[in-house]
Order: sequence, then structure tokens, then C-alpha cells
Amino acid sequence: MDIGFLAQYVLSGIMLGVVYAMVAVGFTLYFGVLDVINFSHGDVLTAGAFVSLATYLGLRATGIDSPVVVLMIMLVVALGSMALLGVLIAKFFVLPLRHAPPFITLLITLMVGIAIRESIRLFYPSGSNPQSFPQLLPKTAYHWGNLIVRQDTLILILTGLAVIALVNLFINHTRAGLAIRAVAQDGETAKVMGINFEWIVLLAFALGSALAALAGVMNGLYYNEVNFGTGLMLGIIGFCAAVVGGLGNIYGAILGGFLFALLQTIVVVAVPSLTAYKDVFAFGVIILLMVIKPTGLIGEVSSERV
Amino acid sequence: MFSSDKLPGAASAVAGVIAIAVFAMVLLRIHDQWGLLALGVIGGIALLLAVRTGAAAHFERAFAAHERLMNGVVVVAFLGVIAVLAKEDFSLLILSTVLLYCVACMGLTVQLGYCGVMNFAGAAFFGAGAYTAAVLGGHTSLPHLLVVLAGGLVAGLLGSVLLLPVLRTRGHYAALITVAFGILFRSFLDVNNTLGGPQGLTVPGMTIFGWSLNQGLAIGGITLSFYVNYALVTLALAIVVYTVTRRLERSWVGMHFDAVRIDELAASTFGLNVQGLKIMAFVIGNVFAGMAGAVFAMMTGFISPTDFDFPTSLVLIAIIMLGGIGNLWGILPAAAFVLILPEKLQAIQEYRFLLYAGAVILVLLYRSAGLFPRRLRRHFPPKAVS
Repeated sequence: MDIGFLAQYVLSGIMLGVVYAMVAVGFTLYFGVLDVINFSHGDVLTAGAFVSLATYLGLRATGIDSPVVVLMIMLVVALGSMALLGVLIAKFFVLPLRHAPPFITLLITLMVGIAIRESIRLFYPSGSNPQSFPQLLPKTAYHWGNLIVRQDTLILILTGLAVIALVNLFINHTRAGLAIRAVAQDGETAKVMGINFEWIVLLAFALGSALAALAGVMNGLYYNEVNFGTGLMLGIIGFCAAVVGGLGNIYGAILGGFLFALLQTIVVVAVPSLTAYKDVFAFGVIILLMVIKPTGLIGEVSSERV
Repeated sequence: MFSSDKLPGAASAVAGVIAIAVFAMVLLRIHDQWGLLALGVIGGIALLLAVRTGAAAHFERAFAAHERLMNGVVVVAFLGVIAVLAKEDFSLLILSTVLLYCVACMGLTVQLGYCGVMNFAGAAFFGAGAYTAAVLGGHTSLPHLLVVLAGGLVAGLLGSVLLLPVLRTRGHYAALITVAFGILFRSFLDVNNTLGGPQGLTVPGMTIFGWSLNQGLAIGGITLSFYVNYALVTLALAIVVYTVTRRLERSWVGMHFDAVRIDELAASTFGLNVQGLKIMAFVIGNVFAGMAGAVFAMMTGFISPTDFDFPTSLVLIAIIMLGGIGNLWGILPAAAFVLILPEKLQAIQEYRFLLYAGAVILVLLYRSAGLFPRRLRRHFPPKAVS
């Protein structure tokens, strides 16, 4: 196969991987601090995309049309509102059930997710149809042989990688990040050390949900389309990525995200006739990996007290 | 008002079942939206009164005390409802669908409620049975009762593929396996052209010993809806599955399931074969779901991947959650609530998923054992005082 085509696939694979990794980091953050799976994460992503879309339409109505300004305002509104939504979900649905069996928290967040998704479908104007997302980034294309690289793709990939690096920096090199890691390691002890447990949990949910909103906006900008179901698949993929990487481990989540994108891309490149089966293949391999490494690639260190 | 130390007699339980059956009958027959609203209000007030005066608790204890008799009474009540609705296609279709969902949910109860094995792919196993029925019913001359059995077996076999991952993983990791499998199944059906792709498949109607179920029975010059036949068949399936599940629960196996669910480690130190029990629960549950799926396919005559997607799995989970995990009798009212309400109230049809989600969230927050929690097992039936 031509090297240019290959590079093209690699590039789109990286783009997918960046989005998956961002979603997966959210799952792993939640799991770290509270040992819960927040299944509404994917739908928070959709909500973020729709909020930014609504903001865009609102801004256009008021006559602001500088793409940079519009995009900045969209991001601020979407990230801010989703961080708030994440805090509300944690405060009213997850924290009250902290001591319930894991199955219960899993179920309630799934239901919160359905509620968000259905609300978008029912209450956003013609929300059951796909909505076109504005093209706000420059789309000048560079050609190298068969490889076509558009500026917007590059900007999105670089932004995504930068954000992932920043989150990593935040978690591993700031005081707040230290507190999150402390709570993740042992909530009780962290409390004894004077860390405000609830605040840290809410901070983690705000951070994760803002990341999801950003991923939603990036996904919208890349495909120029959002629909109410966007987050369902992305959420499940992000969940798989986080679990395969090893829940609670931020590097695991990033690894898992890129791994899933790699699996999907491999099918498309290696057996083009089976492109339609790329999700079947990717999920199949994920299940297989779980057999080999039942607690993820970078395994969660767990010991059981009896 | 009602003394709590004496076991109540059967009469009150029978009266309760009759009241519920009459309510269901009226509910299924009324099509006028205002009438439905009025019925809903009446039903709500009656329920509230029953709970407030202690009649509901009394009914529950009476029901449990005379379970053998009550099983028969419920079957008779079902036959009565079917007889009254004998000429109404749509109502009977809903009734049969409720029963089939109950069967699938009994499978989930064995897995999740008894043994604690998570399964978020209930709809996939239901679908496996349905597609088996479509393929075998359409292309072979296998007797249709065997097709139903084959549907269960295929679902069970398909589930066996997941055995290793399900056994090796725990908690959230195990949840991932079934979630991933559910998505995989749906997306496989969507892209596989041999199985009809997104357009789905048509399924021939059921024939049992030369009796075609798609032909309405004619009794005394009146032709009944052919859904009467399906309602009877689904009722029979539900009775069989209920009996098996109940026997399983009451047996040593059921006791071992409980032990594994409550504490795996403790169970294994007492010499229980934890892995074997989990395999058993998982396979049995999937077989039930598959059989329900096979009958569902032959009843509706048409299936497509959207019938078996992830949200449907969640509906199944929502039913057992609302009914009270592990409580077999809780499934019926929960399934009826989840399936009948949106079908009848056209105004809320659009909003049904939002309503399910809201209802389950409320139940989880305020009554996390479900509406009708499972009672502690009784080893010896107490003597009834009439």
C-alpha cells in the first residue's frame, strides 16, 4: 500500500485515539476517586456538543462572526456548563449511593445518561435528527503525495494531545492533583490528612465532565455533525478503553483510547472489505484482552480484605 | 386493622388477584385517553389506600403463605383476562409481549438476582433466540416447539463464549464484558447481510403439531383473534420457566447461588464450586432469554437489529430493578408498568425512555431494593391459619 494512504489512516486513527483517550480519562478519574463507573459520561459529551452548538447559533444571531471569538465563547460555555452538570450528577446521584453495591451506581448513572440523551432528543429543536456542526477551524489542506492534511485536523489533534498532557501535569504535579491521587488511593486516610473528600470528588467530576465536553466539541468540529446518540457509542468506547487500560490509571486510559482507535484502523487498512465489521472486531479484541488481563493492561493493584 | 402475628387466609389473596386482574382487563380495553387518565387516578388512589391501610402488606403475606394455590389462581386470572380480550389483537399482543419480557427477566433474575452475575446484554441473548427462530423457522422444517428450544440453546451457546471472560473478571470489569458484547452483537447484525442487515428478517408464524397459530380459533361461530393462541403459548412458556426458576431457587442450587452472590470468598471456603455455579446461572439465564426471543420473533413475524440493542437490555434490567432484584413476582407488575403504560398513553409514548429512566432513578435513590423487595428465604412453609 502507498505510504501516503497509510499515513492518512494513521492520522485519522490518531484523531480518533485522541477523542477516545479524552473520554477514557474521565472514566478513570471518576473510578479513581470514588470507585464508581459513571455511565452518563458519554451523554455529558453529547450535551456539551449541543450546548456549544446552541451557543454558536445564539452568537450568530447577535452578529458576532469572528471564528476565534465564537469558538472561545463556545468552549467556555460548554466546558463550564458541563463541569457544573458533572458536579450535579456527582452530588445528587453518585455520592448519595456511595456505599451501595457497585451495580446500583452503575445502573443509576446509566439511567441519568438515558435521561440526558432523551432530553436532548425531545427538547432540542428537531433533536432527533442529526444537527450540522459549524466549520470554525481553517480547512486549508496541505498535500504530500497522497497524504492530505487539513489544518483543522492538525489543530484538533494538537489541541487534544496538549490537553491530555495538561491533565496529566495537573494530576501528577499540582497540589489539587495530589489530593485527587490521595483520595483515589485511600479516601479514609486522605480525610484524616485534612483533605476535603467531597470537594475533591466534585473537582474530579467537574474536570472529567469538562474534558468530555471538549471531546464533544472536537468530535463535532471534526465530523461537522452531532446527533443525540453521538455520546452513547463514544461513552462505551471510552469505558472500554479505560477498563482495558486499567481503571484508575490515567496512562492506562490514554493507552486504551489509542489502542481502540488502532484496532478499528487496522481492520480498515488491512481488510478493506470488512470495514463494516471494525466495531465488531474492536469489541471482540477488547473482550479477548480482558480474558488475558482481567484487570486491564496496566493492572489496578488490588488486594482484598476479608 | 390487620393482625400481623397470624398468617392471613387465602380469601384475601384471591380477592387481591381478582382486583388486579379486573384492573388489568379494564386498562387493556380502554383506548380513550381521558378514560385511561381516570383509570390511572383511580388505580393510584386504590394503591395508596391499600398501602396506607396495610391491605397491601396483608395481601403480600397472604399471597406468600398460600403460594401453591395462588399460582393456580394467577393462571386462571390470566386465562380470564385473555378470554375477555379474545377479540382485541393489540391488547393481546401487549399482554403476550409482557409475558415474554417476564420470561427473559426471569433469566436475568437467575443470573443477577440469585447468583450475582452481571448481564448487560440481555437483549442480545433475547435476539439470539429470535434470529435462530427466523433462520430455523424460515429455512428448515424443524418442528416449531424444537425451534423455541433451539433458540434457547443457541443463546446459551453464544453466552458460553463469554464464560471465560465473565468468570475471570469481577465487578466493573465483568460489566464491561457484557456491555461490549451487547454492542458487538447489535453492530454485527447491522452489517451482516445474510441475516437481513438493518432491514431485519421476516419470521414465519408458529405451528404446533399441525395447528397454525396464525389462524384465529373459531368457537361457536365467533372467530377469535389469532393472538389468543400466542397469548396461550406465551402463558404456557411463562408457567414452565416460572416453575423451573422457582424450583431452582428453592433447591440447594438456589441456596448456593445466594451464597455466591452474598460473598464469593466465603462461599468458596465452604467448599462451593463458585465457578461452576456462576456458569450454571449464566447459561440458564441466557437459555430463558433465548426461548422468549424465539417465541417473540414468531409472534411478531418480523425482527430487526433495533429490537435487540443496548437500550432494550437496559429496559430488561430496569424491569428487574423496579420489581425488586431477585423477586420473581415483582417482575410481572414491573414489566406491565414498563411495557403497557407507554403503549396505552400515546401522549407519553415519545417520552417513554425518559420516564423509565426517571422511575428507575427514583427507585434507586429512595428504595434501592426495588418496589417489591425479595423476602428472606423460608425453609419450611408455615402453617396457614384461616
